[in-house]
Amino acid sequence: MDEIDRTIIRELQYGFPITDSPFAEVASRLGLSEAELLDRITRLREDNTLTRFGPMYQIERLGGAFSLAAMSVPAEAFDQIAEIVNQLPEIAHNYERNHELNMWFVIATESVEGVSEVVDKLEQLTGYKVFNMPKLEEYYVGLFFDL
Amino acid sequence: MSACSSTSDMESPNESPSFQASRIDRELIRLTQEGLPLCPHPYHKLGEQLGLSADEVMCRLQRMLDAGVIRRIAAVPNHYRLGYKFNGMTVWNVPDELISELGPRVGELRCVSHCYHRPRHLPHWPYNLFAMVHGRSQDEVDKHIQTIKDLLGEHNRGNEVLFSKRILKKTGLRLAAGG
Repeated sequence: MDEIDRTIIRELQYGFPITDSPFAEVASRLGLSEAELLDRITRLREDNTLTRFGPMYQIERLGGAFSLAAMSVPAEAFDQIAEIVNQLPEIAHNYERNHELNMWFVIATESVEGVSEVVDKLEQLTGYKVFNMPKLEEYYVGLFFDL
Repeated sequence: MSACSSTSDMESPNESPSFQASRIDRELIRLTQEGLPLCPHPYHKLGEQLGLSADEVMCRLQRMLDAGVIRRIAAVPNHYRLGYKFNGMTVWNVPDELISELGPRVGELRCVSHCYHRPRHLPHWPYNLFAMVHGRSQDEVDKHIQTIKDLLGEHNRGNEVLFSKRILKKTGLRLAAGG
């Protein structure tokens, strides 16, 4: 990643225009050609420097729901339980964390009721309690980095 | 940009505050949830795939952006690749009656990327305020935590930081077929 890549990411993490030739527009702002900008974004996506490039949807506004949930799983059962949890398509992210509650995952469903259905299903499949922690209020969401 | 050609495929309005995504909107979401086409005219390309004009595609995206269905159209960097290898989920126990006042102040700190009020699960989990912080070193994260501590002051009844040890699964939004 060079200085031009950093400039591109710095610029594009805040937004991208909805216009006929959006890449040309951004490129001219950055003093690049449209082709060079497209080449660089393609490379940054391919080598996974960018995890996404496009619209970031907020599922709640479409009637769906997100929730964060956690489980406390003994070390010897951890990988097996992770596999069971990850198999459900509603599990969007899953992280191992350094806490007694050591498995933390995001449940994404297309209806509000869907979350508790997934929680019940997980408890049945795994035999462990699922601590459901839906957001009660959102104060801030914005993942921007100094580059 | 011209107005969206029609709303004739929209479901009838109801009392729900959520956006009524039409069948076409849902197709557009499905087609773009993995990302925008990387070509000079991405909205034209999407239009070709959907049998719509580019104006119609842009109009629908703009409408979803205005309604908050799309937070923004943007590049999301892999923060590990940018050197942000220390990502802590900080959790705080603050009085429920003060959280609506304290939460936004924690959220507006530059080092915080996500900030939410979530339910406690007593006695196992006394924390109700969650704030994700990111740093390029443990030291940087420790400083961020101290900043939040200072901000909460006497209202902090206890806190912990959970670091991720391993990513077990990571996918974007997936809309199932239909809907």
